[in-house]
Amino acid sequence: MLHNLSQHETGGFNFENSRRNAVLESSLSQNGLKAPNPRKTGTTIAGLIYKDGVILGADTRATDDMVVADKNCMKIHYIAPNIYCCGAGVAADAEITTQIMASNVELHMLNTGRPPLVAMVTRQLKQMLFRYQGHVGSSLIVGGVDVTGPQLYSVYPHGSYDKLPFLTMGSGAAAAVSVFEDRFKPNMELEEAERLVRDAIAAGIFCDLGSGSNVDLCIITEKGVEMKRGYEIAATRGEREGNYRYKRGTTAVLTKTITPLSLELVQESIQTMDQD
Amino acid sequence: MDTRGLRSQMKDSVPVAGFCPQGAYGLQDSLRSGFTSVKNELLPSHPLELSEKNYQLNKDKMNLSTLRNIQGLHAPLKLQMEYRAARQIQRLPFLPSSNLALDTLRGSDDMIGFEDVLNDPAQSEIMGEPHLMVEYKLGLL
Repeated sequence: MLHNLSQHETGGFNFENSRRNAVLESSLSQNGLKAPNPRKTGTTIAGLIYKDGVILGADTRATDDMVVADKNCMKIHYIAPNIYCCGAGVAADAEITTQIMASNVELHMLNTGRPPLVAMVTRQLKQMLFRYQGHVGSSLIVGGVDVTGPQLYSVYPHGSYDKLPFLTMGSGAAAAVSVFEDRFKPNMELEEAERLVRDAIAAGIFCDLGSGSNVDLCIITEKGVEMKRGYEIAATRGEREGNYRYKRGTTAVLTKTITPLSLELVQESIQTMDQD
Repeated sequence: MDTRGLRSQMKDSVPVAGFCPQGAYGLQDSLRSGFTSVKNELLPSHPLELSEKNYQLNKDKMNLSTLRNIQGLHAPLKLQMEYRAARQIQRLPFLPSSNLALDTLRGSDDMIGFEDVLNDPAQSEIMGEPHLMVEYKLGLL
């Protein structure tokens, strides 16, 4: 009781249950059961720099081991008016990390009075993820246009980062990066760049089991941001061809008896509703 | 209590029930620290537990030593004097304090991290027993 005193002075993570969880997991595995896994995004996310700015793309499927948990989730998160972030990895970690980053960027903007730099977001992200040594399992692609021009960074769960003209992350990263490696050119036009990102995400959707559903695009330029949610519906639900209902008369009727119930009308009351 | 330097304030272990018991005469104080169990001591707790416990202290240590190398001894001395003064502005031990001056000095008033979102001490559902907390703070226990 008293050694919990110090915990009440600071907030943050509480490790009281970690021993209990380790014991529970070992006893579960002895009985052949498995503890539930956190929901991962099982994603393909991609970003590239084109002539006027940055295009970020993502698929929209969230998986829970082998089951699709969310068919249309939003993986492109807002950080600042000119900076957006795609998140892969553990869904909750990516979501909360980007929310914390958005708040920090707003506070920093109010403090310094200047619009944020993408490098600032990346630095805060990598410092936070390194502090938690990869236990916060979120891999992120941060892209935006600031005073220094269009920038694109990727941050891995353990805190390393890359600055490149095109990037992919997530379980479908290999499929997407192969499309980029084949057709990327510096200073592309908007339509060509959009098509390339769409093709890369589609490669991830069709070749990776963890990615699916639609393609979301986010185009960031100096003038503003255009969010194309559901840019392409890559996989639609199929139409049911047959009907499994039984027709009347399939089961033969042997006998039929009708018993009328004699009911008396005891009371009748009418309440009018106000129809405005 | 407050005359100790940063290095001696760092905890090099998490207090475990049974190991070096904290009661009087080295005996386990079951009333305050609960029962002991061999399993508790053998199983590892989370790898981040220790590093998170000492995080603030480590960060301060690193920043102050960098400051000393750049600006000379006076800079960390002045800052630590201000920290100590700000740390003394607290409410009674069992009530949550806002730590406004300390936050401003540290610069954590414009940063949001997990310590503001999770387990916010201002919203904790339990309060320590007032008499025990005050006695603990005054060292009478």
